[in-house]
Amino acid sequence: MTVKERLAIEPQAMPEQDPVLRARNMDEVALGYTAQAAMREAERCLNCPARPCVAGCPVKLRIPDFIAAVAKGDFAVALAIIRENSLLPAVCGRVCPQERQCQKHCTVGRLLGDVSKAVAIGRIERFVADNAVDSAEIPAVAPTGRRVAVVGTGPASITCAADCARAGHEVVMFEAFHKPGGVLVYGIPEFRLPKRIVEREIETLERMGVKIVTDFIVSRTRRLEDLRCEYDAVFIGSGAGTPKFMGIEGEDLVGVFSANEYLTRANLMKAYREEKAATPYWHGAKVAVLGGGNVAMDASRMALRLGAREVHLIYRRSEREMPARAEEIQHAKEEGVIFHMLENASRIIGDENGFVNAVECHRCELTEPDASGRRRSVPVKGSEFILPVDTVIVAIGSGQNPLITSAVPGLKVDGRGRIAVDGETMETSLPGVFAGGDIVQGAATVILAMGDGRRAAAAINSYLAGR
Amino acid sequence: MTSRIIDKRHLGGNVWRIRLAAPLIARERKAGQFVILRVDPEWGERIPLTIADADEKVGTIDVIFQVAGASTESLARLESGDELADLAGPLGRPSVVTAPDDRAKNRVIIIGGGVGVAPAHSVAQAMKAAGNRVTSIIGARTAELVIMEEELRLASDELIVVTDDGSYGRNGLVTAPLGELLAADSASVREVVMFGPPMMMKFCAEATRPFGVKTTASLTAVMIDGTGMCGGCRVTVGGETKFVCVDGPEFDAHKVDFDNLIRRLSAFSKEEYHKCRSGIFG
Repeated sequence: MTVKERLAIEPQAMPEQDPVLRARNMDEVALGYTAQAAMREAERCLNCPARPCVAGCPVKLRIPDFIAAVAKGDFAVALAIIRENSLLPAVCGRVCPQERQCQKHCTVGRLLGDVSKAVAIGRIERFVADNAVDSAEIPAVAPTGRRVAVVGTGPASITCAADCARAGHEVVMFEAFHKPGGVLVYGIPEFRLPKRIVEREIETLERMGVKIVTDFIVSRTRRLEDLRCEYDAVFIGSGAGTPKFMGIEGEDLVGVFSANEYLTRANLMKAYREEKAATPYWHGAKVAVLGGGNVAMDASRMALRLGAREVHLIYRRSEREMPARAEEIQHAKEEGVIFHMLENASRIIGDENGFVNAVECHRCELTEPDASGRRRSVPVKGSEFILPVDTVIVAIGSGQNPLITSAVPGLKVDGRGRIAVDGETMETSLPGVFAGGDIVQGAATVILAMGDGRRAAAAINSYLAGR
Repeated sequence: MTSRIIDKRHLGGNVWRIRLAAPLIARERKAGQFVILRVDPEWGERIPLTIADADEKVGTIDVIFQVAGASTESLARLESGDELADLAGPLGRPSVVTAPDDRAKNRVIIIGGGVGVAPAHSVAQAMKAAGNRVTSIIGARTAELVIMEEELRLASDELIVVTDDGSYGRNGLVTAPLGELLAADSASVREVVMFGPPMMMKFCAEATRPFGVKTTASLTAVMIDGTGMCGGCRVTVGGETKFVCVDGPEFDAHKVDFDNLIRRLSAFSKEEYHKCRSGIFG
């Protein structure tokens, strides 16, 4: 095929559930490519010499190579290429912000003058992960007799555990919750990332011999210092786990939730299955969600599925500055979330029983870029207005959970509670203790966490080999 | 991790004591801490219960609870030999127990209201062991709901029991003997530590405020994770937002906004009522 012919191929649409129907069910919205669509989309790739997609990928997947394999129908080969660097393609294909990473500088998108017309790398990756039969046997490795403790079972920890297990070390993972997966199970909703996918990845780990202990809170059930005695190396992947609140009046009223709480009730505790689940959820009819990232999108769309009649997303900047994934913003709009851009909440108002009945908002404007280059959002005086709501969900980000960092003497932490690590080895100030993912980065993405997990595992494997 | 029930005992009314196999928790646990547990593996709710006692040698912990909703109802229906789907802990900051540094000011008053007597007991023990003179006050609605009287008597230098209906001990609320003790000799009191319904603690805090006595309240709140991740258990203390699960459960009672706490505790009452009445848990 010539370049011209490839550029003429229509970008393959992703089949999706109808917005009106899907806003009331928990099933996955994006249904996945057929093999035909995946191969057709793969043919759009020019296999250009520059390969900007690889540079844009945080784990440097050999993207054009796996796409070429898909174009030929060699799905198993494509999966093997992906698995060289990524252990969670079914997850990343769904949740990576590809429009800011691999797809951002795609030559096809550039030539067509539209980044949304880049090769749909994420969708192809998802197809491969969902459909290729994993024929690779887990190779038997001679046990080294070394033991690695991994704290947390989110993406950073899953990746680190797998790489350490592949090197022959005995790996035990410690999870504070009753179910492993971290933010993949408690944060990202079912309709965006089905839990069976996470369960499959966890099962793969267990087949590799990794042991997972749930209901185990490191630094409470057992101190980190004790784990350091019993294990030869430790990886801390405990995540960003403290909700940020606005600090405005009325945030303690009944009906105000952090997005973490709201989503955990629905996702991890399956509260939406009212007839079965013991965990109650809040039945909000008119919901305000404060924030503009993926979590705010998730909370808004979850509120619809939990029966809200109106969901208002309130963000203090404009849509262009929204950190959420383009696809999530699109899906939220289609489902009927009402977007309030350049607005912010000033206080939350309640009735005589202390239950939310309104939020007072004001309009915002963006200043000229300051020294850091960022435009600040400032309130427009006299622009206050009242929005009647019975629920407010605060989705403005997460800070670092201090359970571990405050309890381990000698563990160096920055001013924001993030664990300080060597950029190459991910080793902390404590020898033999490594860290990665949100606890190091601040609340970030699955793929960045995965990258940290890989780097840490490589360093742990060297560290153990040298002892 | 599951946990097996080693022993189950009815303490009176709808109050039960369950002994659980939990060697790791028993070893790390300090007075004042709690656990999060789930009864049903697939659909169970995460609920916090204070660890009333622990035996490190045998590897068990005791939790004492009152049937107040669907999950505690399911819990009460389990028997020895049954397993909880999940048990995690110990969580929360331990009670701060110190020795008196002034012989004239060496008294601690411990107040346990209703099922709060259970955690009150372990703190009373710790305070006494640290050299404090412990006066304990038990408050219950009626005789049947007075629990752990003998245990608390052994852990204290003096024990006062009151019931709302006068069916046992003195007739009245805990604020009465508390007020009398302070009026008689507040200078000797180092601290008042309270466990029980927030309304009780609110009024006790007002009773101690004029005397300027340090007053500590052990709070309960609706919780999901128990590790500081969700903020569901947040309470306002001295105008600041604190999380009961990681900053507490004990706070300066003179700074706690009890009215707000009481309201937040009722957030899911409607759903709770529906789940109990619909009998979906058998």
